[in-house]
Amino acid sequence: MNYTPIIGIEVHIEFATKSKMFCGCPADHFGRKPNTITCPVCLGLPGALPVPNKKAVEWTILLGLALGCTINEESKFDRKHYFYPDLPKGYQISQYDQPLCSNGRLGNIHIQRVHLEEDTGKLQYVDGMTLVDFNRSGVPLVEIVTEPDFRSVEEVDIFVKKLQQIVRYLGISGADMEKGSMRIEPSVSLRATAKQSLPNYRVEIKNINSFKFARRAIEYEIERQTEMLERGKTPIQQTRGFVETKGMTVAQREKEEAHDYRYFPEPDIPPMRWEQLTINNLQLTIPELPDEKKKRFIQAYGLSDYDATQLIETRERANFFEDAVSLGEPKTVANIIINRNVLMKEELRGFLKKVETVSEDELQQIITQVLAENGKAVEDYKSGKEQALMFLVGQVVRQTKGKGDAQGISAIIKRLIV
Amino acid sequence: MNIQKLTIISTLEGFRTKQFTAVDLVQECLANIKKYNDDYHVLLTVVNEDALLTEAKEIDKTDYSLPLSGIPIVLKDLFTTDGLRTTAGSKVLDSYTPVYDATVVRKLKEAGAIIIGKANEDAWGHGSSGENTDYTPTKNPYDPSRVPGGSSSGSAVAVALGMCLVSTGTDTGSSVRLPAAFCNLVGLKPTYGRVSRYGIIAMASSFDTIGHLTKTVYDNALICEVTAGKDAFDATTADIPVPKYTAHLAKTLHGVKVGIPKEYFETKGMDPRISDLTRKAISALQTLGAQITDVSLPHTNVAMECYYVLVPSEVSSNLARFDGVRYGNGRDTFGAEAKRRIMIGTYALSSGYYDAYYNTASKVRTLVKKDFDDAFDRVDVIVAPSSPTLPFKIGEKSYDPLAMYLSDIFMCPVNIAGIPALNVPCGFIDGLPVGIQLIGPQWSEEKLFQTGNAYELHTNHRD
Amino acid sequence: MDIQHIAKLANLFINKNQQDLFTSQLTAILAFVSKLQEISTENVEPIAQVTGLVNVYREDMIDESRMLTQEEALRNAKATHNGFFVVPAVL
Repeated sequence: MNYTPIIGIEVHIEFATKSKMFCGCPADHFGRKPNTITCPVCLGLPGALPVPNKKAVEWTILLGLALGCTINEESKFDRKHYFYPDLPKGYQISQYDQPLCSNGRLGNIHIQRVHLEEDTGKLQYVDGMTLVDFNRSGVPLVEIVTEPDFRSVEEVDIFVKKLQQIVRYLGISGADMEKGSMRIEPSVSLRATAKQSLPNYRVEIKNINSFKFARRAIEYEIERQTEMLERGKTPIQQTRGFVETKGMTVAQREKEEAHDYRYFPEPDIPPMRWEQLTINNLQLTIPELPDEKKKRFIQAYGLSDYDATQLIETRERANFFEDAVSLGEPKTVANIIINRNVLMKEELRGFLKKVETVSEDELQQIITQVLAENGKAVEDYKSGKEQALMFLVGQVVRQTKGKGDAQGISAIIKRLIV
Repeated sequence: MNIQKLTIISTLEGFRTKQFTAVDLVQECLANIKKYNDDYHVLLTVVNEDALLTEAKEIDKTDYSLPLSGIPIVLKDLFTTDGLRTTAGSKVLDSYTPVYDATVVRKLKEAGAIIIGKANEDAWGHGSSGENTDYTPTKNPYDPSRVPGGSSSGSAVAVALGMCLVSTGTDTGSSVRLPAAFCNLVGLKPTYGRVSRYGIIAMASSFDTIGHLTKTVYDNALICEVTAGKDAFDATTADIPVPKYTAHLAKTLHGVKVGIPKEYFETKGMDPRISDLTRKAISALQTLGAQITDVSLPHTNVAMECYYVLVPSEVSSNLARFDGVRYGNGRDTFGAEAKRRIMIGTYALSSGYYDAYYNTASKVRTLVKKDFDDAFDRVDVIVAPSSPTLPFKIGEKSYDPLAMYLSDIFMCPVNIAGIPALNVPCGFIDGLPVGIQLIGPQWSEEKLFQTGNAYELHTNHRD
Repeated sequence: MDIQHIAKLANLFINKNQQDLFTSQLTAILAFVSKLQEISTENVEPIAQVTGLVNVYREDMIDESRMLTQEEALRNAKATHNGFFVVPAVL
């Protein structure tokens, strides 16, 4: 029996605003001593009241626009109730039935909604004690929910990387999985390939701290669910946590019943109304996004798809390219930036001079050829043998009659092999 | 100098003409506290005597030019005070000492007021008699076997017994106006959004208003000048300028159209003597030049039901933060009424019931508000009784939550609509105080003070 | 009405003695408010904000005036450890 994975994801991104979502405490909580950036509001003290951060609302709309969403003219905050020690008010201020943005698309994936909410504090377990730090409580979070449109791990990988790139281009977050400023929660289920309907269960996976782990977690889940289905058992609808050290997911001890969040409109915050004119003005502030930039680079500078993709990887690099391209041939400049990771004009000029000895193009060709002819050495390097790399570098140096520099060649080879 | 005869305005006058000092006044407050607090259970926390006298001495060195220089004030224990115990009348917060001041507290301090202590109240504001306090219930100074009204019970009695000149309260369904009526005081429930709620322990976020109790309308208007205004820390405060309420008080009522809601006089269980006294008050207004008309508030008969769905829902949410981790005792310390309201609210918001209860009540709320909006198209002020009964005996209603809820019948529609109302004393029956309510459209506190002041000067119901 | 289920949602503990009393009181209150069902509310919008305010925000700026020191933040807690709040064992 063949099974098709049906995957949807929920992504949370911490905004890089100066202050928190509902108060003026600094939003930058990374690496601080516990409970040192709180105030009555984010600590949930009796009597405290929330006042929303305008920038966070604007950035949510920007992200929604960049993802092709409709911006809802009327929107509001809602209270989402549940009890947990890291949730100081006993409810999270989030958005329920009137989110800021809905119905967008990124590639083939439909985006259900993009909404704004606040982050919780952090729990830690030490010496049998449960400890709480509220520094992170109240940091603005944008939540992006997709339809279950993914059919493979690769599709998820492409999507999350693209989303990260867009977010970084917009300048609204570092979107760093390792730092927790970007979090992914995939929901995975399987359906018999012959069937049309959606499966009658789904499994949510939490505690994923990198793109690599996201892949591993989804792959593990697909295996686990396939195995169960083949035994004639339907996987239980549940939340599972990813265990990094074992590369597997485990059922979480939390209650299995569906949460009754008892949503109701947040009475402490008046509703939001965004007129089309204001939304249009916001749209104008969106910088050229990666896909558009890539197309333009290919057309305007005659670059290859590969080169253009490399150049637009970060907005910084793309901007530098456009700033420096007048100093030489676009293709040459591109190669130097890509292969040598140059972001300073002086350094670029230096490499452009050297090019008189061996052109970057030639170097690239020679390297490509050497790699093609030395398949075993490439495999050896891939499986961890550093000497194989040195061997390959040596081969290239010989071919260039000693004119290329070993360090640069080594860097290029690594790039091409990975 | 006898504090019972003093008002804020005559006190400031007394200070400035050196008839007595702020220290004298504080000492009299403290003497009255010593005399009455153990029997009447008015204040839960009294500020340290030495600290009070030191503060008063400092004020005596000034020229008393601040709006409330040296005026002794008691705060309802829902008001967060930096460094001063705040219990909300509940054992949950029995040993809670806040680390910040509410905006209103800051404003009163900046105006020169001296905070004497924190008043007893129905725990979390849940009640109309003071009997739901987790401590010992406050008694009515006119008859200690009766209730003083709630939930700002201690606040009212503190003024009545000369422990201070003015007290603050909150009014979510009646909680400033009812104790004011039962203790012969002027009590204001301002327009929702007129006074900042920041730092006031929340009961029902879309209903809570921050009011105060005084002996005269003038004093009440003066306090409102200090407390009202937009606050950056409270997103539900309106950016509307605060008039100098005391500036236009000596007016007659010529040209003022007064509306009498016919449904209110048809209420079952209303004491006929109170109806009579209320009608007498209305005649007095007429004598002062007011034009009296009938108005109709057709949704009066469902206002209570609407209130008792929406308020407990918001209560259940606002009390969710009390988990004993960052402050306070655990949730098992909640009293019975608090638990009841939390559970009703949780039920009304729960999956499958939200539409039938919360959402429906929100729609009825729109209808109740519209009743008032329509009435105010025709009249400037609505006059109504404050309470259907005289201050009742302690224990008379406390066994039956529903009976207690009905004490608010003339008052909670005002909170539903978010409009202001002022209780003004209108006489006595069997030695017990009776009040009337002046109700106005949003932001019309000025009109209420004018009407109340004209009536007060004409009738003079102070002891 | 399942009082234990509501108590669980509300994170409250209702012991057996209180259970009957609460059930009857709550049932009476619900009967009282069910009168709302009889009103026609078709075409009536639920009230969003009684003040009529919309779009109230604050600028994205750090405000140090309200920030608490670690000591102030922890001051009212029953148990703390190295700057953290300690969650009571039975919550």
